[in-house]
Amino acid sequence: MFAALGDPTRLAVVLRLCADGPQSIAQLSDGAHVTRQAITKHLTALADAGLVRDSRHGRERIFELEPRRLAAARSWIDQISLEWDEAIERLRRFVED
Amino acid sequence: MGCMTDTIEKRTFLRAPRGKVWRAISDSKQFGTWFGVAFDAPFTAGASLRGTITDPPGYSHLVFEIAVVALEPERYFAYRWHPYAIDPNVDYSNEPTTLVEFELAESDGGCQLTIRETGFDKIPEARRAEARRMNDAGWSEQAQRIEKYLASS
Repeated sequence: MFAALGDPTRLAVVLRLCADGPQSIAQLSDGAHVTRQAITKHLTALADAGLVRDSRHGRERIFELEPRRLAAARSWIDQISLEWDEAIERLRRFVED
Repeated sequence: MGCMTDTIEKRTFLRAPRGKVWRAISDSKQFGTWFGVAFDAPFTAGASLRGTITDPPGYSHLVFEIAVVALEPERYFAYRWHPYAIDPNVDYSNEPTTLVEFELAESDGGCQLTIRETGFDKIPEARRAEARRMNDAGWSEQAQRIEKYLASS
């Protein structure tokens, strides 16, 4: 799942879905510096990783983030991040006495 | 919302001489004191060490390994380890590691410390799920106990 976010374009797609909510491929391609095909490829990779899901609205496919999967990824990193915060405070007490 | 997941980076100012902070980080004995681990050897570039958890008590059956990547006196220390490798029944040796880096810089009245851990995107999903279970089982509670213990000692 982390690898799915590793590509800068892919990350830009996720950030855009974070910021602007559900969108079609056409909307996501608008203003992007890559082709619509490239956006489609990245969306497919994100869908495979379970990070986005799509639904059909007439002839258009609308993509949106799968917030629970994304939150799960975050919570693991957040936990390790928290442990570093705690380790740093123990280091601080160790060196600042 | 933050979507970057590969790196954790911490910057902090420590009100202590750079040399003292360097020893606290690069001397495996001193490192173990504040980190809550007993290592079986000193940190030297290229060395692989085994660490036993000493704090909180009761976790000494948990052994983990770190591989020292680089030591540049008073400036840089880096090692690799398996994040959250705390299940004694699992062999982690074939799994990807994360890189942990400590950087020190002189600063007025103390020194600036940067800690960076990278490589999380290579860690298999099964391991992350396990880490979450460990967490649910009270790992963060243990960490809080350490905090309290150290604050009162």
